[in-house]
Amino acid sequence: MSKPKTHTLRVHATTANIAAVRDFVASHAEAHGFNTEDIDRIRLAVDEAYTNVIKHAYDFDESQWVSIEVKTDPRTIHVVISDSGRSFNPDGYQEPNIEERIKMRKRGGVGVFLIHKLMDEVEYRKQGSLNEIVLTKHL
Amino acid sequence: MSQFLIRSRNSGDLDILEIDGELDAHTATQLEDAFKALIGRNRTRIVVNCAELQYISSAGLGVFMAYIEDVRGTGGDIKLSNLSPKVYNVFDLLGFPALYDILDDETEAVAKFSS
Repeated sequence: MSKPKTHTLRVHATTANIAAVRDFVASHAEAHGFNTEDIDRIRLAVDEAYTNVIKHAYDFDESQWVSIEVKTDPRTIHVVISDSGRSFNPDGYQEPNIEERIKMRKRGGVGVFLIHKLMDEVEYRKQGSLNEIVLTKHL
Repeated sequence: MSQFLIRSRNSGDLDILEIDGELDAHTATQLEDAFKALIGRNRTRIVVNCAELQYISSAGLGVFMAYIEDVRGTGGDIKLSNLSPKVYNVFDLLGFPALYDILDDETEAVAKFSS
């Protein structure tokens, strides 16, 4: 049985890095044998989680760092995105009413909803001063 | 870095925006600026041709969410056409097909404005 593998990317919290972050994860998902549809789902979920860190954990402070760790075992990919900014409280999260948000001319607020739709499991953890979101997809 | 560009042209009293590349939190302001510029000139009959759109995230969807009410309030609309199945799936996850006119091709989207 093959050992779990880990690949890590550490980048500044800037939207200029979104494409690099999602491509980094997608390349490992592809190498691990996920099909195109699942790779697209993982790519989008990672984009949404990384974008939320930039906006909500760090308030667009580009000097801050984000770590993206891809762990694979034979049937699964786990993507761990860590930051040291403001924590997200999943208990306070409500599913968005898109029609209502459009009427109120509000954009966004749908990233977390998408992440949960796209991934098999989503976990929020606190490791010391770090916030972690763990996105899991099974083959 | 995310690549995105917009080509715009007129078709009678309609404005056609061809969007090309990746629409995410890095590039969404470009589409936002294009909508703002059109609305500022009272040009609110807009078709967004997505034939060359490779990727969209919620930041991109958010631009459509933020301006559709303003545009419809003046009797206009933003209609979308030529979405690839991959991009359509993202719109579909959020229930956009019930809230926006999404047409197979640009000609249909243009015709829909006169129907």
